[in-house]
Amino acid sequence: MINRRSIEVAVGLFIAAGLAALFMLAMKVSNISAFTEGNGYQLSARFENIGGLKVRSPVTMGGVRIGRVAAIEFDQNAYQAVVTLKISPQYDRIPKDSSASIYTSGLLGEQYVGLEPGADDAYMRDQDSISLTQSALVMERLISKFLFNQTVKENGGS
Amino acid sequence: MDWLQSLGRTGLILFERLGRGHLFLLRVFGGMSDTVLRPSLLIAQMYSIGVLSFTIIAISGLNVGMVLGLQMYNTLVDFGAEDSLGQVVALSLVRELGPVVAALLFAGRAGSALTAEIGLMKATEQLSGMEMMAVDPIKRVVAPRFLAGMLSMPLLAAIFSAVGILGGFFVGVGLLGVDSGAFWSQMQANVDLREDIVNGVIKSFVFGFVATWIAVYEGYDTVPTTEGVSRSTTRTVVHSAFAILALDFVLTALMFGGI
Repeated sequence: MINRRSIEVAVGLFIAAGLAALFMLAMKVSNISAFTEGNGYQLSARFENIGGLKVRSPVTMGGVRIGRVAAIEFDQNAYQAVVTLKISPQYDRIPKDSSASIYTSGLLGEQYVGLEPGADDAYMRDQDSISLTQSALVMERLISKFLFNQTVKENGGS
Repeated sequence: MDWLQSLGRTGLILFERLGRGHLFLLRVFGGMSDTVLRPSLLIAQMYSIGVLSFTIIAISGLNVGMVLGLQMYNTLVDFGAEDSLGQVVALSLVRELGPVVAALLFAGRAGSALTAEIGLMKATEQLSGMEMMAVDPIKRVVAPRFLAGMLSMPLLAAIFSAVGILGGFFVGVGLLGVDSGAFWSQMQANVDLREDIVNGVIKSFVFGFVATWIAVYEGYDTVPTTEGVSRSTTRTVVHSAFAILALDFVLTALMFGGI
């Protein structure tokens, strides 16, 4: 018969291992960092077409993630998508005339907002909007454009 | 006419068992307070249910994770998407395989032992003996086991998933040469704390509840003979597996939508 103390120690170890596993799943596996960056400032950008961009998609500058997409709305008056970007507070020197584009990471990867820095001396503040934007590339449009060009070329050549 | 009668009889027996199971559950909940007041009973059961299941859960988790890493790598590499390996392994373990496989192993390892133990107590009239001494066997025997099973299961499932991800990491990054940074970053970018991990924990909690309930009920309700105990033990494993897999479908449909 195992004595009481060693049973209690074993149960303690088991609970600790279980909690450690949960902790690892939460911290190491999931995107908990997205919850901790609650503070930060918001910028908005208007796009003609956002493609497959989703809330919580990354916002990057020079390939480094500096924030996330906080909200996506549709403006009925301008027929544009309004994307709210939440930028981490330590990145507070984004020039006023920076531009935002929607890119795809890899051929099948997720879509993200890439910011290109401008040359302005003034920096973006909370609730500012990015005026220079470039919409997502929609694969069907590219293909149809390409096919259209091909047809035009063939017709022009003959 | 005969087959109609036998169908009716089967149905009535089924519903009677189901009803008794629920009444039993209510009694167990009623007797839960004593377990909370005497944690030593709970700790002893946590040892036999949780700690002794640890090895099989950890080893199975490691192997499932390693196989998952290997299989997914071979598929993903055709699309040049082997960087997503971490994401695939983590999502399949956290959402499905962790809770479900751990619960099936739990039913086989701990549930059957619970049924056999309580069933033999009944067959050797220990439960009646307790009643004679004015000790409520539900409070003294069943409630601590039930609570211990319910608490152990989420921990075991979390261990299964965590060890499985490490197994996938070992195979993917260690043996097959996936980039370590891509493995973790793709995983972190696509596994959501609320959507995936909390839902997985809820699932494992529900499975633990159902599997332990079936196990203690089958034990308590057994026909007190050698054959009866053996049948109850078999039924525990079979019914638990059915219940876990059926509930998994329902929970997945509710949590991850689509229906």
